[in-house]
Amino acid sequence: MFLQRFREGMQSGSTDILESREWKSVRDFLQDLSAERAQQGYSPSETATFVFSLKEPLFQRLQSDLGKNPDALGKEVWSATLLLDQLGVYTTEVYQKSREELIIRQQQEMIELSTPVIQLWKGVLALPLIGTLDSNRTQVVMETLLQRIVETGSAIAIIDITGVPTVDTMVAQHLMKTVAAARLMGTECMISGIRPQIAQTMVHLGVALGDVTTKATLAGAFATALHKMRLAITDVKA
Amino acid sequence: MDRIPILKMGDLLLVTIQVDMHDRLAMTLQDDLTDRIVTARARGVLIDISGLEMVDSFIGRMLANIASMSRVLDAETVVVGMRPAVAITLVELGLTLNGVRTALNVDKGMELLNSLGGHQG
Repeated sequence: MFLQRFREGMQSGSTDILESREWKSVRDFLQDLSAERAQQGYSPSETATFVFSLKEPLFQRLQSDLGKNPDALGKEVWSATLLLDQLGVYTTEVYQKSREELIIRQQQEMIELSTPVIQLWKGVLALPLIGTLDSNRTQVVMETLLQRIVETGSAIAIIDITGVPTVDTMVAQHLMKTVAAARLMGTECMISGIRPQIAQTMVHLGVALGDVTTKATLAGAFATALHKMRLAITDVKA
Repeated sequence: MDRIPILKMGDLLLVTIQVDMHDRLAMTLQDDLTDRIVTARARGVLIDISGLEMVDSFIGRMLANIASMSRVLDAETVVVGMRPAVAITLVELGLTLNGVRTALNVDKGMELLNSLGGHQG
C-alpha cells in the first residue's frame, strides 16, 4: 500500500516531498498512519523508524544495481536518504500536530465542563466557579451565563466562588465584568462563597467589588434571592 | 427620513428599536424622546432593544445619555431585552451604563417602572 504510493511518487521524479502534488498520496497515507499511531500511544520515533526502515532494502537494491559504478551509487544513495529523511520528519510533524489538536480540544472541553450554570429556583440561577478565572474563561463564563439568563428569564444570578483558590485584582475585575454584563441584561448578580482568607486578601489588596451584594455562603445568597422575590421557605411542622 | 416610533401607554413611553441604529437615528431619537417626555408628561420610559444586534460606543453612550436626560425631566428609564452579545460588547467597551435601569423583557420592565412610580399615583 505504502510502497505502491511511494513508487508512484518516485516515478514522478519530483523531490519536493513536503509540498508537491505528486507526493500527496504518500503524505496522506503517512498522515493517517501517524495520527492513528499517535492515538494508539506509539512514540513519534517509532513511527519515523517505520519510514527509515525502508532505507536498508532500498540501499541494498541500489548497491546491487549500481555496485560497479561508485559515483552513480553515491549520488543515488544521497538522494534516497534525502527523500526518506523528509518523509520521516513529516511523520514526526504530523504526530506533533495531532497531539496539539488533542490538547486544544481537551482544553476547550475542560473550560466548557467547568462552567455549569444551574437553576436553583424559577428565576434564580447559580454559577459555581471552580479554578482560577483568566480572561479566556471569563469569556466562556459570561457567554454561558448570559445565554442561560435569556433561556430561563432569570432575574437573579448567584456567582459562587467557593472553588476559586485566589481572588486577586485580575479575578475581581473579571468578576465585575460578568456582573456588569448580567446587569445590562436586567439580571442582578450576587457573589457568594467568599472564604475568610479570601476576604482578608481582598481587603489587603484593595480589591473592590463595587456595589455588588456579597454573601459568605451560597445558602445565604439563595435566601437573599428568595427574599428579593418575596418568597419564603417555611417549616411545615409549624 | 426614518424615525423610531415612540408609543404612549398611560403615563409611560414605549420605544422599540427594531433596526440597527446609526448615529443620526440615535440623535433624532434623543430629540424626539425628550420632547415627548415633556409633552406627554411621562413618568417612565421603556426602551426595548431586543431587536438591536450591534452596538458601538456611540449608541452605548446615547442610551446612558437618554437615561440621564429623562431623569432630569423626572422620568425613569428602563432598558429591556438586551442580547447577550450586545451586553458583552458594551462591557468590553467599558460602558457598564451604571445609571441605567435594566430588565430582561418588556413585562419585567413594566413591572419595574410601575413599582418605581407607584407612589405618584
